[in-house]
Amino acid sequence: MNESTSHAPIQPAPVQWKRKDLLDIESLSPEEIRLVLDTAESLKDVGRRMIKKVPALRGKTVVNLFIEPSTRTRTSFELSAKRMSADVINFTAEASSLKKGETLKDTVRNLEALNTDIVVIRHSAAGAPHFIARVLEASVVNAGDGAHEHPTQALLDALTIRENKGRIEGLNVTILGDILYSRVARSNIWTLTKLGAHVTLCGPTTLVPREFARMGCYITHNIEEAIRSADVINLLRIQHERQRKTMFPGTAEYANLFGLTPARFRLTKPDVLIMHPGPINRGVEIASELADCERSVILDQVNNGLAVRMAVLYLVSGHGAATQTLTA
Amino acid sequence: MPKPKVILDAKAIKAALGRMARAMVTAAKKEDFVLVGIQRTGVFLAQRLAKLLGEKSGRNVQVGTLDIAMHRDDLHDKLMPPVYPTSIPFDVTGKTVVLVDDVLFSGRTIRAALGALTDLGRPRKVELAVLVDRGHRELPIQPDFVGKTVRTQPEDHVEMRLVEDGGADEVLLFKNREKASS
Repeated sequence: MNESTSHAPIQPAPVQWKRKDLLDIESLSPEEIRLVLDTAESLKDVGRRMIKKVPALRGKTVVNLFIEPSTRTRTSFELSAKRMSADVINFTAEASSLKKGETLKDTVRNLEALNTDIVVIRHSAAGAPHFIARVLEASVVNAGDGAHEHPTQALLDALTIRENKGRIEGLNVTILGDILYSRVARSNIWTLTKLGAHVTLCGPTTLVPREFARMGCYITHNIEEAIRSADVINLLRIQHERQRKTMFPGTAEYANLFGLTPARFRLTKPDVLIMHPGPINRGVEIASELADCERSVILDQVNNGLAVRMAVLYLVSGHGAATQTLTA
Repeated sequence: MPKPKVILDAKAIKAALGRMARAMVTAAKKEDFVLVGIQRTGVFLAQRLAKLLGEKSGRNVQVGTLDIAMHRDDLHDKLMPPVYPTSIPFDVTGKTVVLVDDVLFSGRTIRAALGALTDLGRPRKVELAVLVDRGHRELPIQPDFVGKTVRTQPEDHVEMRLVEDGGADEVLLFKNREKASS
């Protein structure tokens, strides 16, 4: 062995996060997705300590700009930012000047004038985070834009799967329910296919259009087929707020045709994981007793949401230093 | 890239760790202590030290791992460094904790480690063990156990590689690393 090979770097340098924003999963590489998951896994420990706080984002200001109502995602982002020692302000649709006729661009420019470092945005319009990311120097994190993407939800789902199954590659993941109107489904499909899982989509024909096959998914409208070989079943809530009446069979009929009932649960693999991004409609997409069964990891998802959002806030706040490297 | 100089080879690393383990036992007398390795290389060194302490001195020493990324003082002007797990399977409160790291330079990593450690509890005493002390401190931090003291220039780069990371055991000195790369 010659001198140069014996002193060659042992491992390739770990991937570094160079993006200003987290806007979607579609544009991320598998390595970037894994970096977020690894970072989140390391940060989980913070929540188990007596002092549930680290100083990494001390002095940073995070604004939660929630133009569309949300409690759990906003709370999760707020607590994550606080655990990283950032200062947090919440702007909601009701309280914001958008009600008074201000444009989104002016609203976010006002936020930037407050020396905001990170804007977490939820908006009913797909692409709103991308728009403000172009306007702002501050980092932008998409907390859900219309029916487009909800990247942190997909990342926390992936972390929950990886934690429970030890891997994602090669797993059969079935996403069941309202795919058409679901940003969670879109972000999940991107994440899972990039990480090598086999994704099956199932639901009423009106809510699971054939076009999704182009994203690399298998599509079926037969729930028994969809759940039988699944390692993971991710149940999505019916997005009544985005539905047109004609596209949805009605709650009772939906439960009957596509709900995860005890009888259907008996067809699943013994080690299947049951997931749901919440809020659950007990008795509709899932039977009440199954939501609480030992195969359900719904509350693990909530807990992992904190670690994933801490990781994302941490990683995006390193932008603007793309050419710099760390010293020992 | 300039050719690096080998400061410590595998044999020298083994001998240095042996000396450090003996010094720890002597210093601790009959008292118990725990090792906390700083991610990443410090973790492997702490595990090796614990093994040596078990084999040579019959001491059963617990090992934890500590990541200091969250506590760095230079996060504002850098891409975010990777975060590795902090896993301390015991309560540090009341214990003598020996922090273990590969190379001691400015002392800023150790300052961060002290912050990270005290968030986890209140040790009775904290000591520092490093395989290489290369000097040029920027903070009032000194090691209690040193494998080898090396004279370096501030612009040099000292790097430790270990079998656990997929290489050969060696500590390398790169001359004028910053000048060469800029």
